[in-house]
Amino acid sequence: MHIEVRDLVKTFGDVAAVNKASFQIQNGHLVGLLGPSGGGKTSILRMLAGLEQPTAGEIYFDGKLVNPIPVQDRGIGFVFQHYALFKHMTVFENVAYGLKVKKQKRQAINERVYELLQLIGLEGTENKYPHQLSGGQRQRVAFARALAPKPRLLLLDEPFAAIDAKVRKELRLWLRNLINQFGTTTIFVTHDQDEAMEVADDLIIVQKGRVEQQGAPWDIYNHPASAFVASFIGESNKLKAPVALQGFPELSAYRAGGEWQEGTQVFIRPEAIELRATHHPQTAEAGEPGKITHVHFRGDAWYVEVELAGGMTLFTYQPLHQEALQAGDSVSVFIQQLFVFAPSDIRILENRSRKGQRRLYVYPTTEKRSGSK
Amino acid sequence: MRSLFILLTVLLFVLILVLPFLGILAGAGAEGFAAIYEALMRPESLHALQVSFIIVLIVTLCNGVLGILFSLQMVRGPWLAGWLRPLLNAIVDLPFAVSPVIGGLMIILLFGPNTLLGAFFENVGFKIVFALPGMVMATIFVTFPLMIRELVPVLTELGQTAEEASATLGAGPIRTFFRVTWPSIRWAVYYGLALTAARAIGEFGAVLVVSGNIVKQTQTATTLVYQDSIDQNLVAANSVALLLGLISIVILLFLEWMKKRKEDQLHAH
Amino acid sequence: MLADRTAEGSLHLAHMPVVSGCQESFLFCRPPLNYVWRDRKLKVMPTVTPYQIAVRSLLIGYLLVLVVMPIAAVYAEGFSLGWTPFWEALTAVIAWKAILLTVKLSVVTTVIQAVIGTMSAFVLVRCRFWGRRLFNSLVDLPFALPTAVSGLMLLTLLGPQSLLGSWLQAFGISLLFNQTAIVIGMVFITFPFVIRTVQPLIEQFDLAEEQASYTLGASKVYTFCKVLLPAVVPGIIAGGLLTFSRALAEFGALSLISGNLPGKTQVASVFIYGEIENFNTQGAAAVSIVLLTLSFLVLWAVQALQKRRGIVT
Repeated sequence: MHIEVRDLVKTFGDVAAVNKASFQIQNGHLVGLLGPSGGGKTSILRMLAGLEQPTAGEIYFDGKLVNPIPVQDRGIGFVFQHYALFKHMTVFENVAYGLKVKKQKRQAINERVYELLQLIGLEGTENKYPHQLSGGQRQRVAFARALAPKPRLLLLDEPFAAIDAKVRKELRLWLRNLINQFGTTTIFVTHDQDEAMEVADDLIIVQKGRVEQQGAPWDIYNHPASAFVASFIGESNKLKAPVALQGFPELSAYRAGGEWQEGTQVFIRPEAIELRATHHPQTAEAGEPGKITHVHFRGDAWYVEVELAGGMTLFTYQPLHQEALQAGDSVSVFIQQLFVFAPSDIRILENRSRKGQRRLYVYPTTEKRSGSK
Repeated sequence: MRSLFILLTVLLFVLILVLPFLGILAGAGAEGFAAIYEALMRPESLHALQVSFIIVLIVTLCNGVLGILFSLQMVRGPWLAGWLRPLLNAIVDLPFAVSPVIGGLMIILLFGPNTLLGAFFENVGFKIVFALPGMVMATIFVTFPLMIRELVPVLTELGQTAEEASATLGAGPIRTFFRVTWPSIRWAVYYGLALTAARAIGEFGAVLVVSGNIVKQTQTATTLVYQDSIDQNLVAANSVALLLGLISIVILLFLEWMKKRKEDQLHAH
Repeated sequence: MLADRTAEGSLHLAHMPVVSGCQESFLFCRPPLNYVWRDRKLKVMPTVTPYQIAVRSLLIGYLLVLVVMPIAAVYAEGFSLGWTPFWEALTAVIAWKAILLTVKLSVVTTVIQAVIGTMSAFVLVRCRFWGRRLFNSLVDLPFALPTAVSGLMLLTLLGPQSLLGSWLQAFGISLLFNQTAIVIGMVFITFPFVIRTVQPLIEQFDLAEEQASYTLGASKVYTFCKVLLPAVVPGIIAGGLLTFSRALAEFGALSLISGNLPGKTQVASVFIYGEIENFNTQGAAAVSIVLLTLSFLVLWAVQALQKRRGIVT
């Protein structure tokens, strides 16, 4: 189902939970609404479901305005954060509920329920009650219950929030495959970016009730549209004070005295920082001199903190196969790329001193990025 | 030290709670079982029990239905935002603080034969004070908060997501109430009903004032006990009291049994 | 409402239900909505359905007729003849003696309850002994019993015909128709309050706190006084206030065992009843106002206390 949201507003008292949010979702896409807690994601989801009425703004399903249509008639499936399974009903009754509401034949209900139970791998539990199931199993039942009446839009509110970290990872992949199998348009809310990146085709970043950016995870990571997105998605070094960095002559334009210009923020991704011990002659040319202040082992990489000559501290990760650095080592710090967010413009600056030599990222085929703006 | 405290407590309970009840048993049985039977089978006691029964029935029904409706509104009504909700909450509790006698006085002051409202109702042939309607009103006044106080915390703790889930699956409000909400609040409602019934049977002060305690007309079981004890007809008084006491104990045991069910239901996750 | 405005926008609303707020119910008590075009935007206008109006007026009306109006009527009647008769009704010797006696004995009852109620609550929660569950259920008996029955029970038990009564009489002790009898009646009637407010607090009390006190070298008595007791004091106060309020209001039991000697053993509620029987509603209302106001203050204090400390009764 194609979904369009226009200037959606929701106020609770004086507080605007959602403030003019607009976006579109293509049919069959699996979209993550990602943002910090209290950013209005859940309000948007609930308004799409019809559980909450917008204060202003319109919602269209396949071009049809659905604002006046009650929840019951919107044809959606909703999975609640804490599952909201009916405690006094068995697994079977829970899954069959939506079908019974539709007054389907008993035979058809049985078939559909068993089909779904098989799909979620919970055959044999149909006569159990929710309190007899584990968290992951309950989540699956909630999922089957929402899917049973064949909704055209599936809405998931923090679907994995209440599940153990270990099971969560497993469930994510399972959910992704299941949704792909059904091809149902799906929107899920999460504040966990790993989860969002892993599951979603498309991300909508929501903050303070506004849509900050929409696009494929790849695009959002590499082309953040705002300082908020740059700092929220992935890790970043934020340059607090302006420093002159070799290879980035453009930076001087954003400086005003000893400060950045009003409203300007500069970020460096850790993977855009290359560290080389100074005794390597070939890399010494274009780097900033720095000193390692802290190193610790993270399992898949070394976490390294380095202090530049100007007193600024940056962090990065050093692959395990590269030579191990130690605190106190002098290094050459080579910065490949940085993000500048200024009121006037948003730029991604590449290091000029090694221009054309090597690009940090190899972009995937355009097909996969079709969801971006 | 510890056993001393236990002993003290047990002694206290026996003295304050058990002994009086044994007293009433002894008092009723002083002239044998036949006397108890005879006292209960007097036309005035049969009539009084019947009046009590009617009042309990009406009051429990009224408070049951309206209590559920009001509790839902008080917990979820969006129109009660701001100052209105705490105010209504406080008003619901007021009857707890009112002496039953004063509760009766209120009904007389409002609907007595000398008042505007009372005169109006009397003109249309509807007698309130010294008649059943007044007694029902007085009992409702006294028992009104019980159901709501029982349901409001349950509804608050329950939350709304199960009902929302039902709505997203296409169910209308009536189906949602009976299939989803009702099974979750059922025991709390039964508990509230039992409390209300217990209080309604036992209501004395307010009913005494409003009813005028007219034998074989507006006399209830409790006011009959009072009348008999004032008339020094102790065996008769104790017999009716014994019956009422037994009913109370049965309800109490029933409540105790239900309390567990109610908690199990709420916390079954 | 919607269809005639379609020209303004690019919407096709013909197939849409014009009914507004059909999803609203007594379950989802959100206000139903109307959709209105304004400034070329679809705006939502909250409206109220007849069902909602009915429920709301029923709720407010019920509370008005059953609670607010009756209480207001008492205050109105008390002051119906002006301030002076109100004051005269109160200062009549019998009236103020009844009020004074009630307040005095209620305070005594509250103090007794605070002590025995707290002790009983501790024993019931912390000690395991035969019949504990039975005793725990018995606590509520005074609530379940009709007050007239409670009065009769005490009357029978303490009366000269009973074993106990005659035995006491032999020692020259009378526990009927005097102030002691009133206190006994009040204690019986209010027995559950303190126990039931203190019990959950002891149950919730974290044993680790007590154990922490022991590891710091404190004795049992010291720990009890400095760690456990402060945690249950709010419960004792709340329970005590409820006890006080109930003792003030008690009528059924006391009317049978107090003896009703005006100025000596007549409590306020019985005095009010007498005034009503004598058709002196203004006098009855005047005393009622004092009792009511006291009770409301107590109730308000309990609620404020519970809100602050989060005690559940």
